[in-house]
Amino acid sequence: MSHAVPRPLRSSPGVRIGVSVALATGLYGISFGALSVAAGLTFWQTVALSALMFTGGSQFAFVGVVSGGGAGASALGAATLVGLRNAVYGMNMNALVRPRGWRRLLAAHVTIDESNATASSQTDPLEERRGFWAAGLGVWVLWNSFTVLGALLGNALGDPGRWGLDGAAVAAFLGLLWPRLSGREPVAVAAVCALVTALAIPVLPAGVPIVVAAVVAALMGRSRRDGGRDRVASGGGTEAAA
Amino acid sequence: MTMWSWVLAACALAYALKLVGYLVPGRWLDDPRVGRMAGTVTVGLLAALVVMNAFGSGQALAVDARLGALLVAAVALWLRAPFLLVVVLGAVAAGLLRLLGVP
Repeated sequence: MSHAVPRPLRSSPGVRIGVSVALATGLYGISFGALSVAAGLTFWQTVALSALMFTGGSQFAFVGVVSGGGAGASALGAATLVGLRNAVYGMNMNALVRPRGWRRLLAAHVTIDESNATASSQTDPLEERRGFWAAGLGVWVLWNSFTVLGALLGNALGDPGRWGLDGAAVAAFLGLLWPRLSGREPVAVAAVCALVTALAIPVLPAGVPIVVAAVVAALMGRSRRDGGRDRVASGGGTEAAA
Repeated sequence: MTMWSWVLAACALAYALKLVGYLVPGRWLDDPRVGRMAGTVTVGLLAALVVMNAFGSGQALAVDARLGALLVAAVALWLRAPFLLVVVLGAVAAGLLRLLGVP
């Protein structure tokens, strides 16, 4: 390591950012908990998704398909496709954080948008590691606590339609999509997939249109020509290496 | 399979995806196409989930109070409202429209 004296934990920028990110993200575990029981999953299934799946986008995708009347298989397919990016994060974090032994198994579990982003925002290797663990473990604790709260609240509210909880689900998915719509390519992908879904809903079984849209999105990502502005920060290799 | 089995299988797959990044040689996932596809799939799926939750009604499309929630959420996001507020506003919009008699 190039730094003679590491900063104490108290004034560590990695930990500070990690904790702020954990607070901001953990809070909206409450909306996941409430939407999940409104979608028809039980309290314990909701708790299991937050504790074990622990990747917000996939969890919302799972309950989103279930609430639309889709089968468990479609919910699993949608959640897994949304989770693909975590494999890319895992590779990034393996290079930055370099966990060894059993820590690697724990690091994998807390590899999510927030821990990847916090670690990547630091330049010092020690702060990268501190930021990763502070964000990863911090989000886990808060996300799960607020999921429990949201699930209890959702159960107490009863009929989801009466309280506009189906409207909350629509707003939540738009809120998750919104920050990713920077630039022409993501907007084009979103528009095409929205249209494909609308066309597919009347002709395919519930839940399947989501998977069709994912396949279309993957093909759009694969076929995009190189050159121009590459918006993927992690893509360090070259086409020749493929 | 029961819903519990699907929940647990999906959890296991999510963990496997995270772990695979730590275990495979870096150059396997270094292909820029992999990162790009992971990005476009996430955007495409979220867009599909917006449409399904806003207009899907079993195997049919329907326009109801949820469209109000979608529009209110879009305005809130455009005004840079935080996520949690956007979700609450979506619920309030749909709830109020139903009180006014919108299906």
